[in-house]
Formats: sequence, C-alpha cells, structure tokens
Amino acid sequence: MTTLTLSRRRSAVPRRRSADARRKHIAAYSFLTPFLIVFVAMLVVPLFYAGYLSLFRAQIVGGTTFVGLDNYVRALADPRFLEGVGRMSLFLVVQVPIMLGLALFFALALDSGRVRGGKYARLAIFVPYAVPGVVTTLMWGYLYGRNFGPIAQFFEALGLHAPDLLAPGTILGSIMNIVTWQYIGYNMVIMYSALRAIPQELYEAARIDGAGQFRIAWSIKIPSIRSAIMLTIIFSVIGSFQLFSEPKLLYEIAPNAIGTSFSPNLYAYNLAFTNQDVNYAAAIAFLLGFVIMIVSYVVQLSGNRREKGGAR
Amino acid sequence: MHLTRRTAMLAGVAALSVALAGCAGGSSGGGAETAKGPTQAEVDKAMTTPTTIDFWSWVPDIQNEIALFEKKYPAITVNLQNQGGATAQYQKLRAAIKSGQVPDVAQIEYSFLPSFTITKSVLDLAPYGFGDLKSAYSPSAWGQVTSGDQVWGLPQDLGPTGYLYRSDLFEKAGIEPPATWDDFADAARTFKQSTGAYITDLPGNSFSPILALLWQAGARPFGYDGNKTVTIDLDSPQVTKVVDYWDDLIQQDLIATDPQLDDNWYQSMSRGQYGSWLAAAWGPVFLQGTAANTTGLWRATDMPQLDASKPASGNQGGSADVVMAGSKHAIAAAQFVKFLNSDESSTTQLATQQYLFPSLLATQQNDAFRQQKLEFYGGQTVNDVFVDIAGTVSSDWQWLPFNDYASSSFKETLGAAITDRSALEPALKKWQSQLVAYAKQQGFTVKD
Repeated sequence: MTTLTLSRRRSAVPRRRSADARRKHIAAYSFLTPFLIVFVAMLVVPLFYAGYLSLFRAQIVGGTTFVGLDNYVRALADPRFLEGVGRMSLFLVVQVPIMLGLALFFALALDSGRVRGGKYARLAIFVPYAVPGVVTTLMWGYLYGRNFGPIAQFFEALGLHAPDLLAPGTILGSIMNIVTWQYIGYNMVIMYSALRAIPQELYEAARIDGAGQFRIAWSIKIPSIRSAIMLTIIFSVIGSFQLFSEPKLLYEIAPNAIGTSFSPNLYAYNLAFTNQDVNYAAAIAFLLGFVIMIVSYVVQLSGNRREKGGAR
Repeated sequence: MHLTRRTAMLAGVAALSVALAGCAGGSSGGGAETAKGPTQAEVDKAMTTPTTIDFWSWVPDIQNEIALFEKKYPAITVNLQNQGGATAQYQKLRAAIKSGQVPDVAQIEYSFLPSFTITKSVLDLAPYGFGDLKSAYSPSAWGQVTSGDQVWGLPQDLGPTGYLYRSDLFEKAGIEPPATWDDFADAARTFKQSTGAYITDLPGNSFSPILALLWQAGARPFGYDGNKTVTIDLDSPQVTKVVDYWDDLIQQDLIATDPQLDDNWYQSMSRGQYGSWLAAAWGPVFLQGTAANTTGLWRATDMPQLDASKPASGNQGGSADVVMAGSKHAIAAAQFVKFLNSDESSTTQLATQQYLFPSLLATQQNDAFRQQKLEFYGGQTVNDVFVDIAGTVSSDWQWLPFNDYASSSFKETLGAAITDRSALEPALKKWQSQLVAYAKQQGFTVKD
C-alpha cells in the first residue's frame, strides 16, 4: 500500500512536491521544538527521574539503598495515603456534580438570551477564576475565621452560635466551597462556548415542532455539548485528586483540621520537604498518577458508552 | 480546569527535581572537615583579597549590619539573599546543599541546627578559634550552637520566655501576676470569672510554647549524641506533669487554645480576649505592632515558676549564623559571622534597631539596650526584665536532628488535641510513638 502510493506520487509529481513536503515537515517540527524541549526537560525527564528515585530508600543515617518496589508496597498499606485518596474521592463525588451542575445551569441561562446584562453576568461568574488560587484561599480563610470572620460575626449578630468552618469535621466542605466558587466560571465558559457553536437551525426546527426552552435545553443543547461536558468532568477528576494549594494554605490557620496528609499531593509534599523522604514521596506521586489515570479512564469509558447508547 | 493546581504541581515536580538533581554529588561534598584552622597571616590575606560571600538571612534590614562589616573590610562584599522566612530558607538550603551550590553563611534557628549538622553541611568553627568565645555568650545560647568541642556557628539572637500581661485587666480581676504555676491556676479562674476572658492562650499550632514550659520544668524530652543515637522521652514524669497541668486547665475551660500568631490571635490580643502571653524576648516589640490600641496597658515580668525560689525559664526561638561546609571562602565567611555577632556596633545595632534579643552578654548589659524604655509597657525597661530571665535558662536543652518532622508531628498529635480540647495524654503518647517510628525508619538508634 505504502509503496504503491509512493510510486504513484513519484510518477505523478516528480520531486517538487516531496521537497515541498519536507520543507513543511521541517517547518512543523521547528515550531514544535520549543515545546518539545521544555516538555522533555520539565516533564519527561523529571518523571523518569522520580520513577528512578521511587525505587530507593534514603535514610538520614545509613544512606541510600535500592529497595525495588518496597516503597509502593509500603504506600498501598499506608493508611494516610489511602485515607487521602478516599477523602479526594469523596470530594470528587460531592463537589464535582455540584460545581458542574451549577456551571451548566449558568451556561444554559446565559445562552437562552433571557438574562439581562448577560455579558456582565458572564464576566462576574468568571472573575473568581481570574483571582489567583492563593489569594482565593487566603480570602476564604479570612471569611471562615473563627471569631472575627464575617460569617462568624453574622451569626453572632443574630445571636446564634457560629459554626466553626475550620474544624476537622467541616474543613472538607469549606474547601469544596472554595473550589466550587473558583471554578464554576471556568467550566461555565467551556460549556457556554460549546453552546454557541450549536447551529441555530436546530432550535428553529424544534420550535416549529412545539418544543419549549426547557425541552430544547434538555433534548438539543445538553446532548450537543456532551463532549464539552465530558472534558470538564475529566479536568475536574484530575483537579480533585491533585488538590494541593487550598489545604496547604489552610494548614497555616487550621493545622489540627488539615494535618499533613489531607490530600495525597499534600502528603507527598510533606514527605519530601518535611520528612526528608523524597523516595517515598516519589512513589506516592506515581501511585496517585495511576489512580488518576484509572479513574479518568473509567469516567471516559462510561461517558462513551452512554453516548453510544444515546445514538441508538 | 484546575490549571493553577496543575501549575502548582508542576512547580512542585520542578522543585523536587532541582532538589534531587545533585543527590549523587551531595554526600561526597559535605564530608570535608578541616582539622587545622587558618593562621593569622592567612586570615589577614583572605580579608584583604577581593571576595564576595553569599549570606542567607531573613532578619529585616540586616543590610545595615552588613554595611558596618563592609566598611571595616572593604575587600569583602556580602551578597544578602532573603529567602522569605525560616521555613522557606531551610527548604532552599537543603536543595542548595544537594546541588553543591551553597551560600557561604546562613542563618539557622537553634532548633534546626542539628538537622543540618547531621548531614555535615555546617562547618565546624572550632579550628578557627571560635571555641574561645564561649564565655562571651549566654550559656543557653552557646549550648545550642555547640556539641562537644565542635562549634557550629555563633549565636545571633535568643528567645528566653517571660510573661507579658495586661495590667488593667489584672487590676480589674484583682489579681497579681502569678509567681508560681499553682497561683496561675487560681488566677486563671478568678480572671475568667471577673472578666469573661481567658488569662492566656496555649496554642496547638506551634510546639515552641509548650517546649519552653518543658524546658523550664527541667524535662529533657529530646537528645542527640551527634552521631546515630537520638533520645525521645516524652513520657518522663516531668513531661507528664506539665502536660497534665495544662490538660486540667483546658478541661476546666480556663485558658484559650487558639492557634498563635494568626489573624484571629492578633485580634484577640488587641481586644483583650487574652489577659497575658507567655512571650519570648522577641514578643514585647512584636506585640506593639499587633495590638497598638492597647499601648501603655501591658507589663512584663518573668513566667510563673514551679519553685519561686529557683527561677527558671526556657527559650522560644533564636538563631545562629553558620558557615556552610561547602563554602569556598570559609575564612572570610567565618570572620563575617564573628563580626556580625560579636562586634559591638553590629550587635548593639541589631538589638536596638532590629529588636533582636542579643545572645552576647556584653550587649545584654549595654545600657543602650538594657535601659530602653518602651511606651507600650508604660515606660517599663522590658529588656532589663528579659536579660534577667535569660540568665535563668538552663543550657543543656537539645533538639532532634529532624526538627521539621518533630514539629509537624506535634501539630497532628498533641497540638491537635490542644486545639480541639481533647485529652492530652493519649495525644502525647501518639507524638512519642510517631517520633520513635520516624527515627527508626531513618536509621537512628532510639533511646528513651
């Protein structure tokens, strides 16, 4: 087959086009080179290096020894790691549907064209995403503040007992709220731009068939942007398991509620920089990567299946 | 979506890889220990040869003291780098040690010094004749920078613990600053009844305060022989006695258990929610800045005692300046450390302008420092109080060579129990067992 095409090509257009094609290849790769260099240097090499490190054990006293997969075995039996993964799974199951549900709702509302000042509303919902994550967390940390935060003061003004939003039992919900607040706008924009790409003819046809706004939303809009929704779900799955900066920053004001292994990423960070156990941290990071891969794959697979089912 | 998180993770990976990049080279670079120091001629030559030394410190405005040094030794340029605080500096310093590109001089808190001497990252300055400076410093500071004959650096500042209290609130409650811990428990009750506020706060987000209390009580929970053996003894009678005492106060709701040095705590301080603070020597000036509306209402005295006839105290914080083992300009670096922490102009300036409590005895006695009157304390000579306290701190306290872990483990165990007001003794046991497990895992022999 290949030879056939090649020979045909050669006979039909001698030289010039192949030179042309080569030039195009060169151009393409030279455009890609800066990315590839950074990608290899900053991602591929450290990845392999971390994989290499995860096979060793370094002790403060006694030096470094090769231990094979011991660190992985240790991690799989490490209650802190498993609890962290469990906590992030809970986070995923509770927070992601709320966040994406609200994002979809806002996207549909804006797309319906019935919202006055839609442009401003869109911007307003998106603004939290433009605020740096660190600032966001510091701000919410202040809002949650035990005695003098606005929320606590509000409750006190009403003569009620203020809930402690930074206590061990409430902190997960408090973080979910921060993340939801921050990322609704981002997801909404993805969905909204997908909605804008739906051909208007479909709506006209639906309207002629007597469909109302809700029916259009349910039967045309949502199915049409399924791939965009899928994208936001996958991003959210990855983001949830990689939760780091929120617990890291809140640790400063509520160390008793967060601890050192709240999320697997925070645990890996503390292992590397507090416990001086870089090798074990690398193993944890790799295992977390596997967990994310598996969960993302399962989510995508179930999404695809549903899509096929819908097509039937 | 979570772009920022991914970026943070990538940054983490990058930092990790930088930190690890020199793993192989690090161990061989650190082992150099000079048995013989430089001669006077070598020192003179080094101090007149144009040299640039790197200095890592987080002391605000320390450039002013560097200027004094550079004026005296025009050939030497000191390149100051502020890594943004102690914790950030240690992390970067560890990465620098692994890569072999270390600064010449670094500021390290006493509590973290063994974590760096164990990796042979700090130069022993005994061959430079620094052992002769012993009598110039507060014994409790000198004890922190030496092990055996080795001198790991010179003490910069010190944090002996005293007692700052609101004289107006104490008057309202009709109590005197308690002389003993027995009096303190009674005072706490009276104070709570008559003002509705807590007499003090015992924080769970830092182990310095409770360690200072243990230090005062004569407990020695930690030890390190400089080699492979650590002592972790958190179940001794002295430790248990102190912890039980505070457990009792917490269960009776007589003291606050809020994290210290955060917004909530500053607010509570300025609103009179706490009647007193078991503050280190850096505390008095610090408090001026955070509770400015209470100017003139505070007074300083020494902490309540176990035995009023034998006053004792403990340190919270304080740091040394050390020469890193990988320094290529060790002579100039050592002379800089010496100038910074023993020259009269430098130490006096650090004490009176940057408000570091001096560990140099001569500066403690210097009237410019000792007789400084602070408006915030109604014109009291607060430094005078703290200089006396510094003399009552015993010098045999030791730290573990893995202070990061000891601290983070505290916050998860005893610290969390303090904040949550749950039973302290099981949490103390948990802290002990976590520390022992970590030490064994890191290859130490554990003694208790």
